[in-house]
Amino acid sequence: MKIQTKFLGEVTIDPTTIIEFPQGIPAFEDEKQFVLIPLAEKSPFIILQSVNTQSVGFMAAYPFDFKKDYAFDLEKVDEEKLEIDESDEVLVYSLLTLKDSLENSTMNLLAPIVINAQKKLGQQIVLSESAHHPLRYPLRSKEGSVR
Amino acid sequence: MLVLTRKLGESIIIGDGIEVKIVGIDGDQIKLGVEAPKEVKIYRQEIFEAIQAENRQAMQVEESLINQLKNF
Repeated sequence: MKIQTKFLGEVTIDPTTIIEFPQGIPAFEDEKQFVLIPLAEKSPFIILQSVNTQSVGFMAAYPFDFKKDYAFDLEKVDEEKLEIDESDEVLVYSLLTLKDSLENSTMNLLAPIVINAQKKLGQQIVLSESAHHPLRYPLRSKEGSVR
Repeated sequence: MLVLTRKLGESIIIGDGIEVKIVGIDGDQIKLGVEAPKEVKIYRQEIFEAIQAENRQAMQVEESLINQLKNF
């Protein structure tokens, strides 16, 4: 099936890769279906694109590439919402807030996008404040990269 | 809304195992201590609003930056 995307124009997607977000995404609660589209080959960046609304597309990244010690416990309520069993693969992405330059851009480590890859269920999860994960973590250059 | 009056050091119990205690009062600031099971999420109300605002901002992207990201 073909969809209109915010960053890449018309893209053909496999309908079986559509991820349901039953609660939408905070501030975009009406958007319940998204797909993940890599920005480019071998890119650490990925686009979280609404299937139904072209203008709703987030740039996201795999947070562990940018902060190696990033870790959080998924709470039981979240595991239940995402129907996570032990055998399910869980994907984690962080939404990016891109400013005029990469140096000024940040990623949201306080509220990661967590996806049950098997059941195709996703949610933006707000982590408990006690863990002190930043809402705006500087993107800067990739850790371990010479750039 | 249930409204209760509490003094410093007093607490209220919500359901099974959630205790909210007044641990400090300083002018118009009240410090609360919360004891709750691990699975109960606790965050200040403005945190959720901040995440909504951040998501709205994340939607505003400069075209030129996308090209930078492609070559990252």
